[in-house]
Amino acid sequence: MQRYKKVDENRKLLLSPYEKFIKSVKRCLNTELLVGVFSVINETFKFNTATIKYPFEKIKLDNRYRAVHRLQRFIESESERCIGCGLCEKICISNCIRMQTELGSDGRKLVSNYSINLGRCIYCGFCAEVCPELAIVHGVEYENACEQRAYFAHKKDILTPIDKLKEQVEFEGAGALRKDASAFVKKTPNYYEIELAAKGEENV
Amino acid sequence: MKITINGKVVNANDGDYVLQVARANDIFIPAICYLNDCSPTLACRMCMIEVDSKRSYACNTKVKEGMQILTNTKELWDERNAIMQTYCINHPLQCGVCDKSGECELQNFTHKAKVDTQSFYIKDIDRRHKDWGMLQYDPSLCIVCERCITVCKDKIGDNELKTVARGGEAPAKEFKETMSKDANAVWAKFQKSLIAPQNEESLQCQECAECVSVCPTGALINKNFQYRSNAWELSKIPASNPHSSDCELMYYDVKQKSINDNSKMIYRVSNDFHFASLSKAARFAFDIANECKFKDEKEFNHLVSLFKDGKIKNVKFNSYITNEEAYILELLRQKYSFNLVNNEALCFQNFINNFIYHAKEFYNASSNDIKKSDFIISLGSFLRNDHISLYYNINNAIVMNKGAGLNFYPIKDKKIDKISKNFINVNYNFSDEAKVLEFILQYFAKDLPSELSHLANEYEECTKEVEVKTKDEQGNEVKQIQSEIIKKSSLAKMINFDEDKLKDLLIKKNNFTLIIGADCIYNPNASYIAYLCACVQKYTNFKVFIIPPRTNTLGVSLLCKLSKEEDGFTLGYNERGDFSFSNDEHNNLLSSMLNQQEGTFTNYDKRLVPTNAALKFDGYFLNDLANALGLNAEYTIEYTKKLPLNKGFKNIDFDNLSNYYDNAGNNHRGYLLNTQEYVKNLDFQASIKEYKKFELNNDDVIVLANPIANFSKYTNKSSSFNECACLYASKNYLTKHNLKENSMVKISNENEELIVKVVLDENIENSAYLPTYDDKINPFKFFKTHRYCSLNVKEIV
Repeated sequence: MQRYKKVDENRKLLLSPYEKFIKSVKRCLNTELLVGVFSVINETFKFNTATIKYPFEKIKLDNRYRAVHRLQRFIESESERCIGCGLCEKICISNCIRMQTELGSDGRKLVSNYSINLGRCIYCGFCAEVCPELAIVHGVEYENACEQRAYFAHKKDILTPIDKLKEQVEFEGAGALRKDASAFVKKTPNYYEIELAAKGEENV
Repeated sequence: MKITINGKVVNANDGDYVLQVARANDIFIPAICYLNDCSPTLACRMCMIEVDSKRSYACNTKVKEGMQILTNTKELWDERNAIMQTYCINHPLQCGVCDKSGECELQNFTHKAKVDTQSFYIKDIDRRHKDWGMLQYDPSLCIVCERCITVCKDKIGDNELKTVARGGEAPAKEFKETMSKDANAVWAKFQKSLIAPQNEESLQCQECAECVSVCPTGALINKNFQYRSNAWELSKIPASNPHSSDCELMYYDVKQKSINDNSKMIYRVSNDFHFASLSKAARFAFDIANECKFKDEKEFNHLVSLFKDGKIKNVKFNSYITNEEAYILELLRQKYSFNLVNNEALCFQNFINNFIYHAKEFYNASSNDIKKSDFIISLGSFLRNDHISLYYNINNAIVMNKGAGLNFYPIKDKKIDKISKNFINVNYNFSDEAKVLEFILQYFAKDLPSELSHLANEYEECTKEVEVKTKDEQGNEVKQIQSEIIKKSSLAKMINFDEDKLKDLLIKKNNFTLIIGADCIYNPNASYIAYLCACVQKYTNFKVFIIPPRTNTLGVSLLCKLSKEEDGFTLGYNERGDFSFSNDEHNNLLSSMLNQQEGTFTNYDKRLVPTNAALKFDGYFLNDLANALGLNAEYTIEYTKKLPLNKGFKNIDFDNLSNYYDNAGNNHRGYLLNTQEYVKNLDFQASIKEYKKFELNNDDVIVLANPIANFSKYTNKSSSFNECACLYASKNYLTKHNLKENSMVKISNENEELIVKVVLDENIENSAYLPTYDDKINPFKFFKTHRYCSLNVKEIV
């Protein structure tokens, strides 16, 4: 049995009854209340509103925000970034990502379809974090209310359309490269080339 | 013998390798290049150990009494780290799209050896992707562990792969001084070579794809699986090979069909390659399942009423069914007394029963005995074509045990000649199977029964010219040729065999196995041959192995009372009948395929092995029919524990049957049949055992056989085979009969005829064969009692 101890059993009142009386009279007669009323009226007539008129207006979200996913393309080559490695499928903790791959006609791995069950997704961002190609990222589209619990986004829904390539924004959230990433590059298997080049310069 | 590994005292047998002993005792020693039952190649050196503080390699070090072995010291792991680093040099960082990712041994051991830096570098060279048909080879992923070469030579017997020069630079000298010796050796070797087919362009093999299965990286990949799925997405369903009687352990790798279709699909078949090798049929003929959209109640009720009205006279079926189904058919037969018709199983049943009647026991060899034996005789089996996975065992025994043997078969198979000079093809004439057995008895038996005592006299005298050195009067050596009279077996002469060859083959041989093939079973003299086989088992050192021709022929012949077809209404179960409850195209009611069923098979080792359903089947099972007819079981597998005890089966629930090989390779699949119980309860009187000679024109003989691994209509249903029946002929046969390759021919005898295309089979030297895999033609009309007969062949102009 836990034994409790009353902390302020013997606490003394700091104010005497007289002092208390004076304090309440002061409060009643002071015009502090009117100061508040005045500032509200003041603000009202300024028409300076903090709320936005949703759905006619939308908040501009940060690039790090984690809303409905997007599949990115390379801006230069217009080809899809997704290589079909399946890591997002594997890491997804609510098990809502599924992909379908096959041997493409160019001999490369082709991601023929990709789906995310947005009804199950908890927007944890693991998929974006694990993606080695920065292909699956989070967008800023957060309006995905629907009539059913299961609600699928397929590849055609989330892949950047070629004509809107210019509007594609780089995701800055989890999984994206940090700005000074190149400072952390280690020796690669192709280091010999760099070394050879260096030696070559010395010889010259 | 006792040895100590990492302080743990373990038992070992003389001649074992340290790696095997460690694995059998659950001690982990990393090894990439080693394969069980194959010769160690020492390519990876990961299995380095310290034996009595000396460096050695676990895969080729034989155990000695009192050995002190360390496998996990820091020095060893540092060196292993260096080795794994060398494997990672210029290894493309494409794990993301590599099909092996997730089950890749290079990945695993790189992590295990804690590789986190790369200290070495060398210039990369251009290594182009190679297309070898069914197989795709990516040299840049290859770490030249040579497992594919080893497995192809030591297990499969095709010996189709070799190493070729890579053309890479040798590692720089500065590394040689700084890095560990083993790592440098591995690197140097790996820089030198690559894998290629024997003719360096295309594969000429049976395409079993065992090399793909053993490949530790993604260097070898099946074309039909490439980029289809990641390893971790597939769930493995343990099963048994449904296409041949080895019923080897395999796994159906299953996943949803697509994003829009959630129903399951088999993506590939994988195997425990250390202990179970698969044939092309097992590996690729998996896409054969029947899709059934709805239950056809009308037809089903019609079928039930056919039974209830007693209209059914025959039930025709084949041996590609489970034990449970066979038992249901037998129970229904007892209830409705129709004839169970399965000619192939009936022949086998008669053969086995005759054998048991004379031998008083079951055939006593198993596939494991074949693997262990060093002298093998195969008789009457068109080995590679009839039972390719059994041939793997034979090849393994010949190669690994330095074995010898004789392959008695009328058709000469060139590939068998290649495996060893000590495994000799002997081409007797068709219909002389009994003579071969008589010769074996004459040569090997110690004391023969009185009925066979005449064999001892079947010798004839002949002259042999021998060089004799004598000294003439002056004392000079003179060579003289004298003719000597020696006794030679007339039986050996009859089967075109020179018995003198045997003496050399038999030096230092202890374990003998005789394999009896289908020619002996489908034979008018089958009962006499069975009697001779029984004598071989009784009076010689040979263990006898009889090959059940189809997947569950043995199970069916143990469980069912079979008889010949009579006139009347025939129900075809998986066969064509007046009413077909079948899984092929022509059916009134669709039945399921073997990969859609749970159940058990009885394999050639007399072992009951379980198989699981990989895919769903929504139609009617045989069990539904049985339930409608008064038997009562919710699922087919409830019959597993009801299988009759007096036939050797055991009272074990299906769900309690295990299906795996342990680390030591011990078989934990199902259970071994109690064959003594079957022998004890066998009520069979042997028929006459006289030998009836029949005349055949050997030049015209056509055999009923299939090309390698295309065993039946079920394998042929898969997209990997899907062939149209043709006459497979040797070059010799084509020239003898004036036939052109790929022309249409008419095959006929007195009553029947058949028109097919003729194609060349490069592997055989004489004769021709007609396949059974195509159910659009019926070759059985020519082959009623034999497996071979003389047929006229004429080209159609």
